[in-house]
Amino acid sequence: MTEAVVWTVALPLGGALVAALAPRHGAQVGVAIGVATLAAAVAVLVQVASGGPLRYAVGGWTPGLGIALHADALAALLLGMANLVALAASVYATAYFTQAAVRERFWSLWLLLWTALNALFLAGDLFNIYVTLELMGLAAVALAALGGQRPAVAAAQRYLVVGMLGSMVYLGGVALVYAAYGTLDLVAVSTRIAPEPAAWTAMALMTVGLLLKAALFPLHFWLPPTHANAPAPVSAALSALVVKAAFYLVLRLWLDLFAPVTTPDSSRLLGVLGAAAVLWGSWQALRAERLKLMAAYSTVAQLGYLFLFFPLFAGLPEGSARAAAFGGAVLLALTHGCAKGALFLAAGVLQRRAGHDRVRDLQGTAQGLPATTFTIALAGVALIGLPPSGAFLGKWQLLTAAIATGQWVWVPVVLAGSLLAAAYVFRVLGHAFGHAPGPGRRVTSVREELPALALALIATLVLGLGAAPLWTLLAASAGSPAFGGAPF
Amino acid sequence: MARHTGWTQPVITTQLLYGLAGVALLSLGLRGALAAVSMLRRLLALNLMGSGVFLMLVALAYRGPGMPPDPVPHALVLTGIVVAVSATALALALGRRLAETREGD
Repeated sequence: MTEAVVWTVALPLGGALVAALAPRHGAQVGVAIGVATLAAAVAVLVQVASGGPLRYAVGGWTPGLGIALHADALAALLLGMANLVALAASVYATAYFTQAAVRERFWSLWLLLWTALNALFLAGDLFNIYVTLELMGLAAVALAALGGQRPAVAAAQRYLVVGMLGSMVYLGGVALVYAAYGTLDLVAVSTRIAPEPAAWTAMALMTVGLLLKAALFPLHFWLPPTHANAPAPVSAALSALVVKAAFYLVLRLWLDLFAPVTTPDSSRLLGVLGAAAVLWGSWQALRAERLKLMAAYSTVAQLGYLFLFFPLFAGLPEGSARAAAFGGAVLLALTHGCAKGALFLAAGVLQRRAGHDRVRDLQGTAQGLPATTFTIALAGVALIGLPPSGAFLGKWQLLTAAIATGQWVWVPVVLAGSLLAAAYVFRVLGHAFGHAPGPGRRVTSVREELPALALALIATLVLGLGAAPLWTLLAASAGSPAFGGAPF
Repeated sequence: MARHTGWTQPVITTQLLYGLAGVALLSLGLRGALAAVSMLRRLLALNLMGSGVFLMLVALAYRGPGMPPDPVPHALVLTGIVVAVSATALALALGRRLAETREGD
């Protein structure tokens, strides 16, 4: 039954081909494939939970020559979240696109992006990571430009050029790793790597390349225009999943591959950039005049929290405290994925109904679109990190680890970021509850409003109240051979 | 022994020369990509940077005279070229679209 790992990649890839050949049936293909792919991802998660990490050599070709897919708890959890968000955005997309030409082009690109994301989470060597990064980047750029309006195309072009730059720098690092260690397999490199100039340079190049794609401050400049101008389901995937995939790779490389090479100072640098991202992103989100721009800047800030964990991992000795912090980082990433997906889908509903997404002119939204307003509020709870959301537990672990390692400096950053998040969420809700004539129906469009609501409920309730198994799962996967030992 | 060093020495130097040329192209391209004002220049610079990385990888693949080259860096270069061509084409298509909408306004 390890074939489920392959299906998570093969199904959307096949679906992309079918959708390209029969664009009129794209929506049916997309949703059917999406349901099947989510089922495969859940199967992978169940297998990893019951039997530990999976390794699968595609077509029976041994790694080195063939493509190996690896799934440990971290990969399986992110895979599950990504497929959930992607399916919700797919259901939403069936009702979103009004122009037939745009709708017909959307599905094959969408499924291609989905393929790339799944393959990226499961990639086990630096070469496959490069290929999946490129596949993801090209599909994401094409999707971001899909609407065809000038700001969207200009932002997509900038996104593409930044992505190309990031890829080239990353590939330069890969070349160095191969020159020094003669292999690209993550497990094999991790056993040979030593703190020496080649490894330092490779780490610096690969990290910078990935940070460009992960939009860590100050390399975030391309993110707000791209995410704010893309079609709503695409924005949801870009903000919730694509930047998260780049973060996942940084986490994977730093903890599994470059663990002997990283120094406390390099981890601290990531932490400082993360702290700047939290403060700057939250402040810009508070000042944003459009809801989608606010959501995009909020992504910059939320990614910052994830990078705050790096100096804490470096400061904690291997053991239960570090495992708890690691679980907190993963939970924060999962929660943000669901919450940001929900927020962008809800913003799309709002933009379609009102014809704009200016925060100042949102009055009457709570009356006209109660379900969507509820979604925004729930997603906001997760973005602020209020209980019972998963983000509350994630930030709790972040603060606990910061205090335990004596790195007090991160504590005010987290508190200020949360306060600013509360301010930008309540600013939107305050305007949305403004009075306007005429009450509306509770749910106006099932296909558009319910996927977002489901994601927001998962972010706030399911991931918060049902988070305990996550630590068990991550702990069971630790020290296993799939990725050469690792996180703890 | 003397004969041995006699022919391995220049080989290493040739490989090193190609590798260093790759690094030089990479740096030139990086500088251009960061400093360029026009999109076309930036794309050209990025492609130059790509060529630098590919040259480094090709130099890496060399394993001495009479030996077959290492296939892994070659596979990386081939993939990289395909990706660079596709990405450049997409960037140019987006640029054309931008130019068209400017005329339409």
